[in-house]
Amino acid sequence: MERADTERTIRVLVAKAGLDGHDRGAKVVARALRDAGMEVIYTGIRQTPAMIAEAAVQEDVDAVGLSLLSGAHMHIFPEVLRLLREKGGDDILLTGGGCIGDEDMAALAALGVGRLFGPGASTREIVAYIRAEVASRRAPT
Amino acid sequence: MSDLQRPRAIRSATDTPPSRLLEHDRHVTVSGRPIPLLATPADVADLDYDRDLGDPGRYPFTRGVHADLYRGKLWTMRQFAGFGTAEDTNRRYRFLLERGQTGLSVAFDLPTLMGRDADDPWSAGEVGHCGVSIGSLDDMQTLFAGIPLADVSTSMTINSPAAIIWAMYIAAAEAQGADVAKLRGTLQNDILKEFIAQKEFIFPPEPSLKLVTDTIAFGARHLPQFNTVSISGYHIREAGSTAVQELAFTLADGFAYVDAALAAGLAIDDFAPRLSFFFNSHLDLFEEVAKFRAARRIWARHMRERYHAKNPRSWLLRFHTQTAGCSLTAQQPHLNIVRTAYEALAGVLGGTQSLHTNSMDEALALPSEEAVEIALRTQQILALEIGVADTVDPLAGSYYVESMTSRLEAEAEAYFARIAELGGVVAALQEGFFQREIADAAHWYQMALERKQRIVVGVNEFVNAGERQAIPLLRIDPEVARSQVRKLADLRSRRDNLAVQSALAAVAQAARDGDNLMPPFIAAVKVHATLGEIVGTLKTIYGEYIEPIVI
Amino acid sequence: MLGTDLDRIIAAFTAGDRRAASRLISVVENGGAEAEAVLEALYPALNGAPRLGVTGPPGVGKSTLVDALVRGERRAGRRVGVVAVDPTSPFTGGAVLGDRVRMGDLTLDSGVFIRSMATRGRLGGLARATKEVADVLEAFGHDVLVIETVGVGQTEMDIATAADTVVVVLSPESGDAIQAMKAGLMEVADILVVNKADRPGADQLVRTLEADLAMRPAAVWRPPVLATIASQGEGIADLAAAVGRHHQSLQRSGDLATRRLERARGEIMAILRDRLWQRARGQLAADVSAWSERVVAGRATPYAAARALLAAFLESVEDKA
Repeated sequence: MERADTERTIRVLVAKAGLDGHDRGAKVVARALRDAGMEVIYTGIRQTPAMIAEAAVQEDVDAVGLSLLSGAHMHIFPEVLRLLREKGGDDILLTGGGCIGDEDMAALAALGVGRLFGPGASTREIVAYIRAEVASRRAPT
Repeated sequence: MSDLQRPRAIRSATDTPPSRLLEHDRHVTVSGRPIPLLATPADVADLDYDRDLGDPGRYPFTRGVHADLYRGKLWTMRQFAGFGTAEDTNRRYRFLLERGQTGLSVAFDLPTLMGRDADDPWSAGEVGHCGVSIGSLDDMQTLFAGIPLADVSTSMTINSPAAIIWAMYIAAAEAQGADVAKLRGTLQNDILKEFIAQKEFIFPPEPSLKLVTDTIAFGARHLPQFNTVSISGYHIREAGSTAVQELAFTLADGFAYVDAALAAGLAIDDFAPRLSFFFNSHLDLFEEVAKFRAARRIWARHMRERYHAKNPRSWLLRFHTQTAGCSLTAQQPHLNIVRTAYEALAGVLGGTQSLHTNSMDEALALPSEEAVEIALRTQQILALEIGVADTVDPLAGSYYVESMTSRLEAEAEAYFARIAELGGVVAALQEGFFQREIADAAHWYQMALERKQRIVVGVNEFVNAGERQAIPLLRIDPEVARSQVRKLADLRSRRDNLAVQSALAAVAQAARDGDNLMPPFIAAVKVHATLGEIVGTLKTIYGEYIEPIVI
Repeated sequence: MLGTDLDRIIAAFTAGDRRAASRLISVVENGGAEAEAVLEALYPALNGAPRLGVTGPPGVGKSTLVDALVRGERRAGRRVGVVAVDPTSPFTGGAVLGDRVRMGDLTLDSGVFIRSMATRGRLGGLARATKEVADVLEAFGHDVLVIETVGVGQTEMDIATAADTVVVVLSPESGDAIQAMKAGLMEVADILVVNKADRPGADQLVRTLEADLAMRPAAVWRPPVLATIASQGEGIADLAAAVGRHHQSLQRSGDLATRRLERARGEIMAILRDRLWQRARGQLAADVSAWSERVVAGRATPYAAARALLAAFLESVEDKA
């Protein structure tokens, strides 16, 4: 039987952007999203913003989760967001995590980046956030 | 239990009731190892003092590598630093040296660690962020301007391009008129743990290992006082491994380097004394002490009995310790001072040769001066105030610590057997074995936190409601990147580009022929070939590595 | 999604919009009336582009091999669509799809479109969904389609048979060959590849496979056994040549038409079976419960129950017709 649009399997692209290879967080989150019933497209480390945005479009994901620990977040998040919009992926949620201060989080949120999770965030919080945010984006407006 | 009632006094209204703590068995180490209520003589019934422990300074060195340990010489307090341009970091080094520090420890930025020049598109946003940007011999000379390299010992945390950075260091020292044979220091140069944990690899494993072997051979011949490889468990632990995984995978890497050097025709006693180690010191005090003791015993036994090393210095496992960055919290960051102190204590009780104590804000950003000072003072208190440095291996004979030491050794041996079954370290990492083991451990730990089997004060218990995550902002002036790019453009316009082309061709030829690459690297950096150009040349011959996916 | 929305997306798709292609793949993957509408709109654009299935046990290097093959096709100027299928966890319904990792920089090649799919527990329907995703990619103008699956069971094999040419990949690591034979992979292979041919045991595996093939009855196409080291690009040209030879052989012998006819027949049958079953199940649910009690009480056999239920169902169908 067909399922309602809001019940479709959630697809999330999980990527490590830039040169930083510390993938512990990305992997723990990828596993948690899978265990929550989502389809996780894992791109691995060393992705450029262009690769991330294009993969997100090809995979028709509901959300992109970026893990960034190197301090390049003010460069990479806006760039991924810009490219997603350029490629018609305006409705794709861009979220992520890493060492990002409140001030930077606010600046990125103002650009349209979703919630960013700092050190110590629980995977349950992340799962709940993605579910709620995707549901609200899918709901007819 | 009274220890559960005690925190009640400091609980705020927002705290989770401590009764929740009883819902799960919390009596496991940070690695998930069950902790016995009581260890007894039965746990150490098989232990033989002479065979398994030995006095400090005697085989199998379980109790330490020196008879008088810290009475003879305190551990080296070696704090890691580097940021921005070579000029910025040079000023910090001179400041530290003026205050009596004798060793330097260089942190490189990500583009440098990945062998990319500052003007490479991949470097955007990363230049000078997590360390200093070094792209050419000019940068290296600036980094050490006014610092006599003949007199300092320099530790360089770099792996994939370590041989090229070392070539720059050697050329910079030569230019200062230093006697290269007398240079002292340590190259991290541990590529295997990059494939296993930290993921800063460039080339596939085999040519990467060949580069390491080249440095070992070159060092044995030309720089006999330089530690050519610092075999590192630190990053394996940070990636989420357990204590025994850190121990086993690090030593397995060590044996792999030994095997590679032997296969290249070196004699064991010519290079083994220059291999050093680098471990993590995590929160579980006794497990960590047992890990350090087991590491010494395993290494000594294998070096003497399996590799038939004759020089006792080949049997010694000397190690640097850094407290666990992954144990630090963004919440209530001052508590990190306490965590770091306990972790440092474990390192000292475990007989470390040198120690880096993390600053309380280190995991989050560039440490503030105050935080750096507290971190250093923590070591001084340990060394001078609390009496632990005056006696060697004070936990020896503890039923608990001795039995855990033996158990860790046995479990590490089981891992060695499994790795051998898989065809050795390189085959095992290509298959994703280590990555899977570590990912499973990291996942267990995260779930243990979420179900409160493990408590992290301030994060999943005793949380201060409404605490803002006031992470200090790491703001490296974008001018750093611009100035590095300008310097590169300038360098490329004034150097002899024909000489650069022919030096790079010589690098390529040596790589194809399987010759030792250190001489052509030194020749290339001397004519101002950049790091990115040399690495780029090697990529055309070696290719680039893509790792297997393990979630 | 409203019909007009879908029309708009189809129009964008026809104009070459990649985001629209990706959306239509999702629509087709999710099934239902919209999927049918999409396929109806796109079917005229299908032109019989060659379809290559690549399957084999986990860890043999399928993605690396696909990556190398795709690069070869690109050098020849052909546009390639890739569908990479990975299993869904039966416990959580989630999946980790990691095939893009090895195809990293192909992502930015506008002549390549890679789509990851999870099996989603679609019993039997998976082969159809995979084929239909490939249909969308073909209609989008790809000249070659590659379908990559983990070959561990019947479902995955069904997907493999949705291709014109099936490449079964093995590696010398212990157990692969036995596993492949057990899974029946050998029977569906048009080409056998021993990847990681620089590992110990590779020659032995090639000989074993050749000996196994030699015992089969003679046929127009005799599956070759090729050795590759995909990570270094070795043997890829030979593999591509073998794929080309197989395609020519299919065309010459008329097997291509036969295979495609069989496939179309299979598709229609599968859809019919699903539709009939869905309708019957919905309509008969209550009666099945009642008959189950009689069966348990010993008053009817399951056969008698089924006979009665089928008769009642057919009668209701006739009434409506």
